[in-house]
Amino acid sequence: MYSYSDFDESFVRARVAQFTDQVERRLDGSLTEEEFRPLRLMNGLYLQLHAYMLRVAIPYGTISPHQMRQLAMIADTYDKGYGHFTTRQNIQFNWPKLPDVPAILSALADVEMHAIQTSGNCVRNVTADHFAGAAADEIEDPRPYAELLRQWSTDHPEFQFLPRKFKIAITGAPNDRAVTRAHDIGLRMVKNAVGDSGFEVMVGGGLGRTPMIAHTVRDFLPAADLLPYVEAVLSVYNTLGRRDNKYKARIKITVHETGKEEISRMIEDRFAELRPLFGGADQALLDDIRAAFAPPAFRNASVEAYDAFYKADPVFRAWADTNLAAHRNDQYAIVTISVKAHGQTPGDASSDQMRVMADLAERYGHNDLRISHEQNVILPHVHKSDLPAIHATLAQVGLATANVGLISDIIACPGMDYCALATARSIPIATQIADRFKALDLEHEIGPLKIKISGCINACGHHHVGHIGILGLDRAGVENYQITLGGDGSETAAIGDKTGPGFAYDEIVPAVERIVRAYLSVRDTQEETFLQTFRRLGMDPFKAALYETEGAQDAA
Amino acid sequence: MSRRFTAKVVTANRLREGDVVYLTADDQWTQHHHEAELIEDEAHAQMRLLHASAQKLLIVGAYLADAKAGPNGPEPVHFREAFRTRGPSNYDHGKQADLRA
Repeated sequence: MYSYSDFDESFVRARVAQFTDQVERRLDGSLTEEEFRPLRLMNGLYLQLHAYMLRVAIPYGTISPHQMRQLAMIADTYDKGYGHFTTRQNIQFNWPKLPDVPAILSALADVEMHAIQTSGNCVRNVTADHFAGAAADEIEDPRPYAELLRQWSTDHPEFQFLPRKFKIAITGAPNDRAVTRAHDIGLRMVKNAVGDSGFEVMVGGGLGRTPMIAHTVRDFLPAADLLPYVEAVLSVYNTLGRRDNKYKARIKITVHETGKEEISRMIEDRFAELRPLFGGADQALLDDIRAAFAPPAFRNASVEAYDAFYKADPVFRAWADTNLAAHRNDQYAIVTISVKAHGQTPGDASSDQMRVMADLAERYGHNDLRISHEQNVILPHVHKSDLPAIHATLAQVGLATANVGLISDIIACPGMDYCALATARSIPIATQIADRFKALDLEHEIGPLKIKISGCINACGHHHVGHIGILGLDRAGVENYQITLGGDGSETAAIGDKTGPGFAYDEIVPAVERIVRAYLSVRDTQEETFLQTFRRLGMDPFKAALYETEGAQDAA
Repeated sequence: MSRRFTAKVVTANRLREGDVVYLTADDQWTQHHHEAELIEDEAHAQMRLLHASAQKLLIVGAYLADAKAGPNGPEPVHFREAFRTRGPSNYDHGKQADLRA
């Protein structure tokens, strides 16, 4: 993986020193909260409901065992022994004390990590396919481009005060695992007719208050044009984006109000101006970066032990069936470690679990770990013969849940258990749904089904692109949950449709169960997924299941 | 016609720890909601909020939260404020654990 250059190292250290001084001045009263707030946000430090929260960047979700162990150390020393992996491939610590934050940032810098640009109206952590560099369906590893974008956007003087935050996602595969169409800029690697690599560039996607699927502004952008083109998009947005209204400030609104044709033209015009200014230094840098993402030295060994174990052990087989994905080397597999044990908080890993995952990556996984936007941890390169040992180790620390892609593999934002912006809780809804379907023993029967829960309209829990989306709201001082169906975060991206009136806190789990039972009764075959059934039949059978009982009561 | 004033407490987070605190009638900051001063007059509420907001070395983000009288002192009205008296519901962390210890 990429290692810091001297420049990166001194930049991050200088920022730690600067923020250390700012914290001291806040604590001695030299800085007011009004002065300090933007400074702490630039360094990822929020004040939440019960405590401060520090959001640490995990660039494109790639993290080394050494870094993971340092996160565990920070969790033990300065927090409550755990961390929360987020839908933007970051990690959040929920309980840091302000005077300790400089020491935390210093400990992060020791392992080439930081919290810079994890907040504020700047280019945030660039997210990527969590299977990057490993997936069988991949055209090219997108992470060198993500790293190039990271370096270019970090402290970029023109883009530190954008109209609003800006999120870029990139994938190297046709199967979109990075939700690229719901980002300010989505980049999807494609090949042109002569076999050159490039990007489909999508602009103006986003969730939140006004969910939008991104428009494609370029079908094929040569890979060498990436930086000037992205800079052109940012530049047009920086000029046109609305600073008068926070709720209309994201680029999705700019695209919507300007129109796809006109904004594409403006981007192309700006690109024509910028392209000649890029003299090739970016490409030289990209070549250096590429070397850091060279594939590991794959082992050539028999996979017979795996095959035998798979046949013999039903628990292992269930886990292998759900938690493994196809690797480009057929002796290898991609392991998704479920951080979604039934009844546990989605995305929370204890320091012990972090250390076990770090050990496994070191021993069996070519020193590579990934964080997925679905709040799981990935071992991207595992020789199949090592899978039984990995599964056995994971089982000892509660990380062997065989539920990836199933109903209990739920995305949930922190919600009103932590977040100052939340309007309702999301975590307990997620844990109750997972527990309920475990008790029913239905989850494997149901098959692929993504539930995504947000505790407010900002949609950190991606509810709009959940097959079943749940949005927690405050309705007249009571928690109320709105359901959307048919959302999709993949290459066939779609925003879910609202079912109708929301449900109270104690009604939402039974409501989800009614939806799922309706699906089971109307699906064509066992192979027809929830999303396929919804697309075939529309809302009606689900609406009937959700509201018919109530209607009958009203009529009585 | 002005609407009837809903009783308030002054609440904030401690600057250093981030803990949720409430202003008492004798100008202390307490972690216990029921020890807060229940303010039933709008003008007095604004005065107390100003007093609180000036304590920049102790607290952050002071505001007035709706409250009501209860048998042991003021109680929160809104569920958000009820959560702030305790901590998160997924772990025994925050005040629900700290205050018991």
